[in-house]
Amino acid sequence: MHRIHVIIAMDPHTIAQGARSIKDALVKNIDLAGLNQDVRVVETGSLGIYNKGVVLVVFPDGIYYTGVKLEDVSEIVSEHLVKGRVVTRLRYSEIPEESRAEEKAPRFGKQVRVVLKNAGMIDPESIEEYIAQDGYEAFGKALTELTPKDVLKIVTDSGMLGRGGAFFPTGMKWGFAAREKSDEKYIICNADEGEPGTFKDRLILEGDPHAVLEGMCLAGYAIGAHMGYVYIRGEYHMSIARVRRAIEQAKKQGLLGKNIFGSGFDFDIQVREGAGAYICGEETALIESIEGKRGEPRDKPPFPPSVGLWGKPTIVNNVETLATVPQILLKGGDWYKSLGTESTPGTKVFTLVGNINNPGLIEVPLGITLREIIYDIGQGIPNGRGFKLAQLGGTTGGILTSEHLDLPLDIINLRSVEAGLGSGAMLVVDDTHNVVELVQNFAEFFNHESCGKCTLCREGTGRLVELLHKLTSGCGSEKDIDLIERLAGHMMKSAFCGLGQAAPVPILGCLRYFRDDFIAMAQQNQQRVPVSA
Amino acid sequence: MKTLADLRAIKEKAKLEMATREQTAKYRLVVAMGTCGIAAGARSVMTAIIDEISKRGISDTVVTQTGCLGYCDQEPLVQVMQPDKTVITYGKITPELARRIVAEHIGRDQVISDHVFMQS
Repeated sequence: MHRIHVIIAMDPHTIAQGARSIKDALVKNIDLAGLNQDVRVVETGSLGIYNKGVVLVVFPDGIYYTGVKLEDVSEIVSEHLVKGRVVTRLRYSEIPEESRAEEKAPRFGKQVRVVLKNAGMIDPESIEEYIAQDGYEAFGKALTELTPKDVLKIVTDSGMLGRGGAFFPTGMKWGFAAREKSDEKYIICNADEGEPGTFKDRLILEGDPHAVLEGMCLAGYAIGAHMGYVYIRGEYHMSIARVRRAIEQAKKQGLLGKNIFGSGFDFDIQVREGAGAYICGEETALIESIEGKRGEPRDKPPFPPSVGLWGKPTIVNNVETLATVPQILLKGGDWYKSLGTESTPGTKVFTLVGNINNPGLIEVPLGITLREIIYDIGQGIPNGRGFKLAQLGGTTGGILTSEHLDLPLDIINLRSVEAGLGSGAMLVVDDTHNVVELVQNFAEFFNHESCGKCTLCREGTGRLVELLHKLTSGCGSEKDIDLIERLAGHMMKSAFCGLGQAAPVPILGCLRYFRDDFIAMAQQNQQRVPVSA
Repeated sequence: MKTLADLRAIKEKAKLEMATREQTAKYRLVVAMGTCGIAAGARSVMTAIIDEISKRGISDTVVTQTGCLGYCDQEPLVQVMQPDKTVITYGKITPELARRIVAEHIGRDQVISDHVFMQS
């Protein structure tokens, strides 16, 4: 037994700040101090604290250190680990003494951690630590005590909505596939997280990969599938490595493979790497990609739950959705409903980014307001600037402004203001930014990522960029604004898939609330550049 | 692994190792490890406590250290803390006594009154 555990968060951000060499130095210094029997250094996924350098937590005291540099390591070891004296100058200022991260600290205070309950607490490369936190208990219980119908019913009754962005009822989707009669069915975990500003799935996979695998196993049992694929974006090297390792460990323990828990149920999972196309986050394009074809969306219907991968019934669920499923099975649908609002039960993981003092990975119960997220959890906007807008759900997300700061966030309320929760990015923009330039940036992204299958998206995204460029470069007029609006409206109605339909959403959102900014730019243009007839 | 019981066996074992990270412990054992404490043998007291705890598979106790408590002549000092209870401080603790503290105070909730230096 180790009397002290030093947790070190390993995520892309902390690794870039030197977390690896700090870990090595810690182990070496602990060794030199003769404490290797007493102290254990544990790597975990993200602790949700971003932009604060390397983050350490020393347990049992629960002391958080941020911005740890290589030269601080010997002091932490000799002062805190040997003498028990906290190195106050490195201490994370927002976490008061003796407080459990999830319960008392202001940053975490309004958060409810369901999906992230293990992230930053367990070693994601140890199946034992996942099992210690009730891991695979739900799967074991389901296989030995429940029928697939029971599992389906629990998930359906919980009212869970898919966290990929569309918020489609998970239980209903599973039900479609469960009803299909087929010798083969598939579960796909969509981890092709491509929305700019969104990195929650990455951190879930890195912090708690087994939770996602367990969710897939349960989905497989509920619909009668025996094979699952985790389709991970190719750039997510650490997610891929950790999921692969988790699969190996689960196989070794007999939690994947044949006749799991002696129940006669077989299930296996493989990883498929994406090749960097945004469109492959669209479920039918993703399926095409797994089949080895060019990633382009399919015509719907038929939908994947009836005709999916290799033409067989297939469920495609988001990482966060699957990671929640084991908790619902363990604690029940009523517990899940008690979180969040009536229309949108549960919690949502967001990556809080942009002009914010405390960016990072957060999980909040739905029904929380933008004000609470920005000013309590995010600690406000830097340099005393004012709040201009927030974009919810990545680049395709709707626009919220100061009039929406106190709107409880759930799908019904957001729909009423033509926005949605989306994939989980929350971009906060302060009042120094020019909205037209911001929108042009979004438009360029979609133009680059349009797969080219349908004319409206292929040509439309390009024309939007041209029109916006015209405005920002000083050649536009108010007529162009009307044209942008008309074109965007057509794209929303007629583009083939979600990409083309969603691309105009932020543009129209900004036009709705900041039309004056567009007009000001057009008028300024007319003064600057005389338009020849 | 073939049964739920197998899963739970792994769980219990891993939980024990992870107890240090759970801040819900019933007991908190504090060994004073200032210069005075270490000179008087606090290090071997600490080792004995950890060894005894893991031998007995106790998971609701965390062991931590502190600096000089200001009673250097009574070192090594060991404090047993419980939420909402008086803190018991044992003085002049040997490794053998430390094992008894784990067995009797933590294990059976019996204070070893002969060696209590202070209650606060």
